[in-house]
Amino acid sequence: MINVVGKRKIFYGFSLALIGAGIFSVIFWGLHFGIDFKGGSLIEINWQGQRPDAKTVKDILSPLDLGDISVQPAGDTGMILRLKDIDEATHQNVLSTLEQIGPLQETRFDSVGPVIGEELKRRAYSAIAMVLLLIIVYIAFAFRKVSRPVASWKYGVAAVIALFHDVFIPTGIFSILGHYAGVEIDLLFVTGLLTILGFSVHDTIVVFDRIRENLRKGVGKSFEDTVNVSINQTITRSINTSLTVFLTLLAIYIFGGVSTRFFALLLMIGIFFGTYSSIFVASSLLVTSEAWRQKRIAKKLGR
Amino acid sequence: MLAIFAGFADYPKAWNSTADWLNARKNELSIFRGLPNIPQFFNKPFKLGLDLQGGTHLVYEADLSNIEKGKYSESMQGVRDVIERRVNLFGVTEPLVQVDTVGSHYRLIVELAGIKDIHQAIAMIGETPSLDFREQRSDLETQAIIERYNGLAPEQQQTFSEDPYFKPTDLTGKYLKSAVLQFDPNTNKPSIGLEFDSDGAKLFEDITSRNVGKKVAIYLDGSPISIPTVQEAISGGKAQITGSFTIDEAKQLARRLNAGALPVPIKLINQQSIGASLGEKSLHQSLFAGLIGILAVALFMIGWYRLPGVLAVISLIIYTAVTLMIFKLIPVTLTLAGIAGFVLSVGMAVDANILIFERTKEELRWGKSLGGAIEEGFKRAWTSIRDSNVSSLITCAVLFWLGTSIIKGFALTLAIGIFISMFSAITVTRNFLKLVVSEKMEKRLWLFGINRRGTNG
Repeated sequence: MINVVGKRKIFYGFSLALIGAGIFSVIFWGLHFGIDFKGGSLIEINWQGQRPDAKTVKDILSPLDLGDISVQPAGDTGMILRLKDIDEATHQNVLSTLEQIGPLQETRFDSVGPVIGEELKRRAYSAIAMVLLLIIVYIAFAFRKVSRPVASWKYGVAAVIALFHDVFIPTGIFSILGHYAGVEIDLLFVTGLLTILGFSVHDTIVVFDRIRENLRKGVGKSFEDTVNVSINQTITRSINTSLTVFLTLLAIYIFGGVSTRFFALLLMIGIFFGTYSSIFVASSLLVTSEAWRQKRIAKKLGR
Repeated sequence: MLAIFAGFADYPKAWNSTADWLNARKNELSIFRGLPNIPQFFNKPFKLGLDLQGGTHLVYEADLSNIEKGKYSESMQGVRDVIERRVNLFGVTEPLVQVDTVGSHYRLIVELAGIKDIHQAIAMIGETPSLDFREQRSDLETQAIIERYNGLAPEQQQTFSEDPYFKPTDLTGKYLKSAVLQFDPNTNKPSIGLEFDSDGAKLFEDITSRNVGKKVAIYLDGSPISIPTVQEAISGGKAQITGSFTIDEAKQLARRLNAGALPVPIKLINQQSIGASLGEKSLHQSLFAGLIGILAVALFMIGWYRLPGVLAVISLIIYTAVTLMIFKLIPVTLTLAGIAGFVLSVGMAVDANILIFERTKEELRWGKSLGGAIEEGFKRAWTSIRDSNVSSLITCAVLFWLGTSIIKGFALTLAIGIFISMFSAITVTRNFLKLVVSEKMEKRLWLFGINRRGTNG
């Protein structure tokens, strides 16, 4: 039997280190927001002849006075241009100007006004907050009958702390990716994040459920022992479940379209850490909170 | 023998599922190879979303500064109706035209999937004129507004939009029935004859009778195009716009008005367009990925859980077929993210089975009989399954509220997937296990991955 709870300080340390790195990256490099949140336009085109280099493209567009344009190659013959928000007339103008270089086909065009971008950001934050809140409420409700020795709401809080962990680490990783590989944070990222939250709780609940049952049956010599036993009993199952989902995501990552590739990556990272947090962090938090409570009681009695 | 028969009679859906499975299978194959196959009773294609079919998603913001507060939603409905009429001209199957209110912003969302020429569509929508009639304010009102204007700082004066001379009436372009090009018999000057529908005619009659001898302004796209003096109350709903048009201008104006005149001006604030070829490529890629994903999971399940694993895989296949069938029937618009959601739910569907099996294995290890172990396994696992799926469903609900149509597709497919997976795990797998259990199996626990001699598995 693995003494997960006993070694919890190691796991806490590991988690904090990762979270710290993530936060550091976000503060230092910021989050590389896509146009969904920043506003602006994105034009994706496919050159049917020879693909020109970035400089040629920028030069030919400079008389149009569009400000900063970022030009990125995509695949073998494609190109992605990012610039400020433009209206339809300008859009057509850009396309016909580019056609002077050679024949092309536009595969995608997104134009997001700044107002919508801001709005979306706000909505995204509130969505994340809402999910976290609802989850605490739901867990507290589902575990309401297990008040001994740890109060039921504490289960909810422990689960959510583990979830913060699940939010910060992937975000941190994507902030690093954004800085080095230009990976953008867009609406799909937020979707992925919310999905991770929903799924990670899934895992955590299974462990909590087992703890609940073992407490009822009186398994384990102390609370810490009970939790440890519960974790060991559920570890196979947790890993297997995450593994199956991980497999399906891996398939999407490798074989799926480009637009879902980073989405799949995000979910894979999230599920990996979600499972890790459910097994090694969430339950240990229960024990820790109980230990603190005991210490406080002992202090009071000691006085 | 009898037991098996009873099992099937007890679970007739298996038969239907098989029929549907064949149907679903056939349609999937048609996408790739068009194999002629078993005749089927309905051949409904999947409804593809914007990012798989190609098309465009447009968001327009309406300028309601000249409408009184209570009439906002009425105006927005008018905008919606007019734009929908226009959009229907493009021949897009099932265009989406919807009013969307966010805070104080009133917007119109137009989604055209599978449209051929996006630019033309935007041009046509953008061309929709906004028409409204205004009556003259009393001198007092005019004074008051001018004073207010003078009292403002210069920047505020720029954005001041109240017209000091005319105030809006209820008569707007949405009551317009038709517009025709007319020629004055004497001077041959072109003019536009407007005809209103019955509600509009009544309004027009009211306005003209109120303003006999006064001016009434006809505003087009926010600026006055003609300010005639009313001679008498006009009933019958016919009006005339005279002005200094050339014949071409008048013709164009009549055409634009006929295609629908908006009650308020709109502005394009967001556009997302995807070319059809990118869409098709994405579709093929995701279907392929989905298939591989399911295969990988199936292999894993069989490898780890052996016999119950095989059963789980079968129920998984049924699950896939049923889910796809439901996607077709509702119909759910499939987007790229939606397919990802579906593949994800496949992984999660398996989870329910895993929970049950792990439980069953435990019970077996503690020495229960096979039948008893299975029963216990199901019962105990159910609470875990229920709780954890609920949390995923909460996420789906929030996502549904948060996102654009693409995100909504993901949330919907995931949610449906979860529901059906709960159903399939509980009923299908359980019934299969029941069918399979017999005395012989007790002796062959190795099939379940357990070695009763030692502690293993």
